Amino acid sequence: MGLDISERVRSVPPSGIRRFFELAEERDDVISLGVGEPDFSAPWAARDAAIDSLERGRTSYTSNRGLLELRQAISGHVEDRYDLGYDADEEILVTTGVSEAVDATLRALVDPGDTVAVVEPAYISYVPGVIFAGGEPLRVPTREADEFKLTYEALESAGAADADLLMLCYPNNPTGAVMTGEELEPVAEFCREHDIGVLSDEIYAELQYENEHTSIATLPGMRERTVVFNGFSKAYAMTGLRLGYAMAPPEVTTAINRVHQYGMLSAPTTAQYAALEALRSCDDEVEAMVDEYDRRRRFVLSRFDEMGIDCFRARGAFYVFPEVPTDESAEAFAEGLLREEGVAMVPGDAFGDGGEGHLRVSYATGLDDLREAMARFEAYISD
Amino acid sequence: MTARDDLLDLLVEDARHTTADLARMTDLTEDEVEAALADLESEGVVAGYQAIVDWEKTDREVVRATVELNVTLDRETGYGDIAERLARFPQVKTLRLVSGDYDFLMEVEGSSMHDVSIFISEKVAPVPEVTQTVTHYVMTTYKDRGVALNDDDDDDRLSVSP
Repeated sequence: MGLDISERVRSVPPSGIRRFFELAEERDDVISLGVGEPDFSAPWAARDAAIDSLERGRTSYTSNRGLLELRQAISGHVEDRYDLGYDADEEILVTTGVSEAVDATLRALVDPGDTVAVVEPAYISYVPGVIFAGGEPLRVPTREADEFKLTYEALESAGAADADLLMLCYPNNPTGAVMTGEELEPVAEFCREHDIGVLSDEIYAELQYENEHTSIATLPGMRERTVVFNGFSKAYAMTGLRLGYAMAPPEVTTAINRVHQYGMLSAPTTAQYAALEALRSCDDEVEAMVDEYDRRRRFVLSRFDEMGIDCFRARGAFYVFPEVPTDESAEAFAEGLLREEGVAMVPGDAFGDGGEGHLRVSYATGLDDLREAMARFEAYISD
Repeated sequence: MTARDDLLDLLVEDARHTTADLARMTDLTEDEVEAALADLESEGVVAGYQAIVDWEKTDREVVRATVELNVTLDRETGYGDIAERLARFPQVKTLRLVSGDYDFLMEVEGSSMHDVSIFISEKVAPVPEVTQTVTHYVMTTYKDRGVALNDDDDDDRLSVSP
């Protein structure tokens, strides 16, 4: 037998973002607002802790669930910041980025034929993750009229009542939408009514500019049916160190850990030491980065507003999600903008239903580049 | 954080932000920004705007020295009086009263080592209250007012990522 590619993998198309990456790579004067990671480096104290751990020869595996000290620090951090109570011994699993946590969780919870409702527009990995786990994705589109927040009605009309799990991400990539506790309550109600488990990717929790973060797991009756994901990539600018975590009731954490221990063994040790230091001493740096993102956010929103472009006021992550200002598809517009002006933005439909007709504009880029990119955008639409 | 704090942070980061950009980043109008800046300047909160120059990358020779000063006080003369006298010299770029083994820490600039030496020996050391000076010539500057010089800030991220 040859190396036949599985039906599941063949059924998942390559990411729509890939094509834009290749187009952008063709020229060297591109200003990219298509980047989904911080432009900062991790705080020096965290990097220094990683170097120190290497100098001390800490290059072996850690326990499957991650360094106990780190899990304790995470437990304290999520309690302080988000009122989430998770036990370091039994309810926290340190993973190789949130990506691994989501993948392992789907494989731990999804049986063949189970339905996972995925709120869209969404990070590109959720639907493929459901398919790889043998589940059936059900797309739940959100609308600009609702500022891309998930509503009870959206769940109902997508037929999510029969779903087993609901995958959501607020603050949201790609829209920058956030949801308050009040706005999450109807979603929680829907999940309680229909006995749906929630997978809540809260990787952008720290990057909110007008609200404090509320985790859906803090709402009544939700903790026992929710897995919360968070990590260090966005708030601590540690994407390449690959470190995230999942938090869930003990038996669920044990199940996720079963997949993790066979599939990954343990998260990178060096990154775990960096993360521990990040939690201990880098609050000020995080605050400074958040302030800087907020200024850029306002700048970009103001510029789109001045150009007369419809763009709802995104309050989280580092994205805004304006409407395409012409009659073209988002893809055609983004391609023209890239070819003629050398500005890369990602067409919204790359992120699934509800994203068509929009562009994801990342402001994880210095102000000089943002200024120039906005000027080129303006020139492009006025030609 | 107030709008004033916001403006101060932005100006410290880059004093050349235009009024329009400051307005965009703070959700103020341009008129409000102008008014707030005028207040900050007239109150002396914002005392000036300067470029951070890496003189090593130019043809001009700029010699900098850090000078530790010990002084004696008497009933008529306090730190403030001495500081005022020293600060009037244009060669003195920074003057601070500090805790520790000496009283003042002074940063001095000149066009040559000779220039700086002459200034210290002929203008600073003879001040009656100054009892001792220790001069450290700056050999290389790696970071100045929060800005790393010779910093390689190439963006090595993938140009498009999810």
